[in-house]
Amino acid sequence: MTSRLPPQPGEWINREQPLDFQFEGVSYQGFTGDVLSSALWANGVRVLGRSFKYHRPRGIYSLANHDANALVSVGSRTNLRADCLPLEANLQASAVNTLGSVSRDHLAIMDRFSRFLPVGFYYKAFHTPRRLFPFYENQMRKVAGLGRIDPQYREAATAKQYDFCDLLIVGAGPAGLSAAVDAGERGLRVILVDENPHPGGSFTWQWRRHAEALERCEQLLNRVHALDNIDLRVGTLAAGCYSDRWVALFDQQRMTKLRAAAVLVASGCFEQPAVFQNNDAPGIMLGSAAQRLVHRYAVQPFSQGVILGANRDAYRLASDLTTHGIDVTAICDLRPEGESSPAGTRVQELGIPIYRGYTIYQAETRRRGTQLTGVIACPLDRQGDTQPQAGLSLPCDGVAVSVGWAPDAGLLYQAGARFQYQSAVEQFVPHTLPPGLFAAGRVNGIFSWADQCIDGQRAARAAAIHLGHPDITEIPTLTHQGTPPSHPYPIFPHPEKHNFVDFDEDIHLADFKNAHQEGYDNIELVKRFTTVGMGPSQGKLSNMNAIRILARQNNATIDATGTTTSRPFQHPVPIGHLAGRRFHPLRRTPLDAWHRQAGAQMAHAGAWLRPEYYGAADERAQSILAEAEHVRQRVGLIDVSTLGKLQVTGPDAAEFLERIYTGRFQKQSTQRLRYGLACDETGTVLEDGVIARLAHDHFYVTATSGGSGSFYRELLRWRQLFQLDVQISNLTGQLAALNLAGPDSRDVLKELTCIDISGEAFPYLGVRVGTVAGVPATLMRVGFVGELGYEIHVPASSAVHVWEQLCETGRPFGLKPFGVETQRLLRLEKGHLIVGHDTDALTYPAEADLQWAIAQNKPFFVGSRSLEILQKRPLMRKLVGFRLKDTEDKPFPEECHLILDGETIVGRVTSIARDSTLKHPIGMAFVEPRLASPGSPLAIRTAPGTTVTGEVCSLPFYDPDNLRQQ
Amino acid sequence: MKILTCPLNGPRPIQEFHYGGEFRPPLDPAQLNDADWGQEVHHRHGEPGVKREWWYHTASGTWFIAERDNLQDRVIQTYLYTPERGND
Repeated sequence: MTSRLPPQPGEWINREQPLDFQFEGVSYQGFTGDVLSSALWANGVRVLGRSFKYHRPRGIYSLANHDANALVSVGSRTNLRADCLPLEANLQASAVNTLGSVSRDHLAIMDRFSRFLPVGFYYKAFHTPRRLFPFYENQMRKVAGLGRIDPQYREAATAKQYDFCDLLIVGAGPAGLSAAVDAGERGLRVILVDENPHPGGSFTWQWRRHAEALERCEQLLNRVHALDNIDLRVGTLAAGCYSDRWVALFDQQRMTKLRAAAVLVASGCFEQPAVFQNNDAPGIMLGSAAQRLVHRYAVQPFSQGVILGANRDAYRLASDLTTHGIDVTAICDLRPEGESSPAGTRVQELGIPIYRGYTIYQAETRRRGTQLTGVIACPLDRQGDTQPQAGLSLPCDGVAVSVGWAPDAGLLYQAGARFQYQSAVEQFVPHTLPPGLFAAGRVNGIFSWADQCIDGQRAARAAAIHLGHPDITEIPTLTHQGTPPSHPYPIFPHPEKHNFVDFDEDIHLADFKNAHQEGYDNIELVKRFTTVGMGPSQGKLSNMNAIRILARQNNATIDATGTTTSRPFQHPVPIGHLAGRRFHPLRRTPLDAWHRQAGAQMAHAGAWLRPEYYGAADERAQSILAEAEHVRQRVGLIDVSTLGKLQVTGPDAAEFLERIYTGRFQKQSTQRLRYGLACDETGTVLEDGVIARLAHDHFYVTATSGGSGSFYRELLRWRQLFQLDVQISNLTGQLAALNLAGPDSRDVLKELTCIDISGEAFPYLGVRVGTVAGVPATLMRVGFVGELGYEIHVPASSAVHVWEQLCETGRPFGLKPFGVETQRLLRLEKGHLIVGHDTDALTYPAEADLQWAIAQNKPFFVGSRSLEILQKRPLMRKLVGFRLKDTEDKPFPEECHLILDGETIVGRVTSIARDSTLKHPIGMAFVEPRLASPGSPLAIRTAPGTTVTGEVCSLPFYDPDNLRQQ
Repeated sequence: MKILTCPLNGPRPIQEFHYGGEFRPPLDPAQLNDADWGQEVHHRHGEPGVKREWWYHTASGTWFIAERDNLQDRVIQTYLYTPERGND
C-alpha cells in the first residue's frame, strides 16, 4: 500500500480488518470502512474509470458520491459509484464502458476525434438519411454508454416502509446535528438522515484538526445518541420531496415513504470544479475530496500538489495537507488580493508560494493522460482573462481545486423553495421557503462551522414554532461574514478544448460557445442541446458553472439566467427499490371456497373473483352450454353476491329514487319490484337494477356488479345536492345473493322457506321478507335468466349454509350450480343488455330500446333535460339482436368486431355467443338505424379479415312472450 | 403525495379521496335553452387558478367541496356543500 497514511483520529477504516478485493482482475487489499475509490487510491491506482464519450482516464474527483466517471460493475449490479461503494471481502469490481481495460482502453481513440465531435454533432450527422439512424445509434451506443445490464438478473420485490415524524432533518453535519439536538430537546420526534455511513458532515473532513470543532461534534453526537426521540439514520439518502412534505428515503435495503410535519434541509454544498485545460486528469480533485481521503480513509491524495483556490477553504486545505506530510508546491489564487485572514497568514508562514491572481491554465500528463506530471499556471489580467504567455510550470502529481460551492438544493427546489443569487457568497441561497420547510448551514449560505451550528438551532426553532410549540425564543438570521466562499467565474478557455465543464458527459467550454452560436440562450435549452447536467450526477458538479457561462454569454445576471428544474430523484436510486408488489383490491364472495371445491373456473370480473362455469378448463364451451340447458330444463343456482345492494330509507326515499331513476316509484306498492334505469346528466345510460319497496319509506335497490361502487358514490352526491331526507346504505358486502332459476325452482325453494311462494301468493315481480333455511332472507321474483326464478338475499355469514341447503334440497331435482358465463349466455338469449358492456359512454335509452323504462310527464330526473334534447334528434345507431348462419369452418366474430357496408363502418358487435340453447349463434350489435329492422343482413368483419353474414332479429331470442318467467 | 382535509375526518392522504370533477352550482334545467344546457353538462373550465372541486372521502362516504389553487398547488379550504355555500 503506497498511499496509506498513519492512523488518523476518527478515521472510518478499521485497520484490524483488512479485506482482499479485485479491480479489473487485479488483487488489492483495503480495509473494512474503505470505499472502492479510497482503497484503490491507497494502492496507487489512479485510473478508476473512463469518461462517457471520449474514454478519457478519470480518477477521484469529489469522493462525495458524485464521481460519475468512476462507475463499476459488481456481479449483476452495474453503474455503482466507486466513491461510495463500501469495500467488501473478495469484492470483484470492473470498470464500465471500456474496450480492453480501464488502464488501456482502446476506445480512448475517441479522444483524438473529439475536435470533430462537437456537441450537437450526432443530431446533425446521423439523422440523414433517416433509415441509417438505427445502425448509427447501435454503433454509438457501444462506444458511448455505461454499464451493461445482466439479463439474468433475478427479480426481487422490495418492501416499502412507511414512516412519520415531526421533523425530518436532512444532513448530519454541524447544522443538522445542532438542529436535531435543539428539536430533540423540545420533545419533537426527529428523524435525522445522512447519506454517509457516519454522521458529522464537514466535521469529519474539513474541521478534523480544529479542537473546538471536534469537541462540539462530540457533544452534539452524544446528545443525539442520548435522546430517544432522535432517530439517526446514516447511509440514508433523502432523494425526493413531494407534496406536503412526503419524502422518499433510500437506504441499502429499501425505500421509506416518510411523511414529515416539517422538513429541515441541512444538506450542505457540492464543491465545484474549476474549468481549465485537462482539468479532468486523474490526480486533479476537489479540495474537499483530498480532505475526505486524508481524514476519513487515511489515504494520501497525492504526494506533491498544487492548490487552485479562490476562498479561505483553499488556505485551510493547504495547512491541513502540509500537516499530513503532503508537499504543497503552490497555491494559485484566482483572486488578485489573495487571502488576508489568519488562514492566509498561516500558509505564508509555512512557506508555501502563493500566486495571487493566477489560475491553472493547463494540466500536463503523460502515459496517454493517465499520469499527471505538472501544471502550467498563468496570471489573470484585470478582466480575469488568462495570460498564457506569462505561464510558469509547476511540477506536481496532484491538484486540489477549491474555488467555490453550489448548494445541495434539490429537495428545497422540489418542495417549492425559491432561490436568489447572493453576491456576498456568490451562491444561490433560499429566498422564500414554503410553510413547513426550513434550510440551515452551508445550503443556506453559512460557511463557518460555529455559525452553521447556530443556523441549525435557528432553523430548528423556526420549525418548532411552525409545529405549534409555545414559548420559543427565535434566533435572528445569520449572514455570511468575510469574502465570498465561491469565485464568480472559475472558467478559463483554452484552444485545445479539453477544459471540461461536465465530466459526466464530456462537455467542454467550446460546446457552450457552439450552443450559443446555434441560438440556445436559455438554460433549459442549453441543458438539452449540450446535455450538461444530464449525466448520472445530474449536474451536481456542472450546473453552476453552466449557469455562469450562459450568464456571461447573455450578458445577464445569474438570477436572470436561472436554474434548470430540479426533479426527484435528485440522486440515482436502485430501480429494484422502486419496483415491487402492486396491490389490487380483490373481492371474493362468501361462497368463494365452495366454488373452488366444486371445480369452478374462477375469473376476474372488476374487483370480484367469480366462477365462470363449473368444469374442466378444456371443456369450457360444452360446460357452459350444459349448464344453460340445465337451467332451461330443470333448475340451477348461481352466486350473484357481487350485485350492488343498496338500502334507501327515509321520508323522501321515493322522491329521491324518482329523481335518480327514469321511472316512477311514489306509487309503487310495497312487496313489489320495479325495473330501474338511471342516466347521468348527459342522458347516458349509467346503471340498471331492480327496486323493491319493502315499506313506504324503505326501498331495497340492486345495482350492477361492476358499477355499484361508483353509483353508490354518485347517489351520495345527489343526496347532498337535493338536500332530501333520505339515508343510503351500501349493503353489498354485508349480504349475499343467490339466484335459483329454472322450471323446478319453486319446488326446490318451497321446502326451505316459510313464505308462501305459490304463483298466486308470490307473483312475478314480487318481493317478500321471511326466512330461507332458517335464515332471514329477502326473496325477489325476477326474470333474471328468463325462467321461473327467485333471488334470495341473505346475510353474508349465512350464505354457505343457505347455498348448501338449496343444493341438498335440490338434489332430487338435479339442481346444479352455474357460473357467470352461463348467466351471460342465458341473459343474452333473453335480450337483456349489460350496462357498460352492451352500452358505452354515449348510449342513451332510445338507442338501446329502453324508452319504455322512462316515465312520461315526469318533471325531473337526472338526465331528463339532456334526453329531451336528444329525442329531438334522429337516432344515429340502435342496439339490435342478430343471429348467424353458416358459421361452420369460418372464423367466428368476437365482441367489438366491426359491421361493414362495403368499406364503411356501420356498426359493431357488443355481445356474441357461438353455442346457445337456441342451437345457433346469437349476438347483439350496434348498427345504423337503417339496418335495425329484423331480417337486415349484417356483414361482420372478423379478425382474420373474412366476412361473416348475420341477420338482424327481434329481441328477445328466447321466449319472446315471457311466458316462462311469469 | 398530498394531504387533503376532509371536513368531517380531518387531514388524510390523497389516496383516500376520489376526485369528483368541477363543482358547478346546480341550475334549473328548465331555465336554460338547449345550447346553454349542452354547455352546462359538457363544458368544464380548464384554465389554471383557483378551482372549486368536488372531492369524496371514500372511507367515510363524505362529499365536500375543495377550493384549490392549481397554479400554486395549494388547497385553500374545504367544506361541506350546502345550498347557501354552494350557490354563491
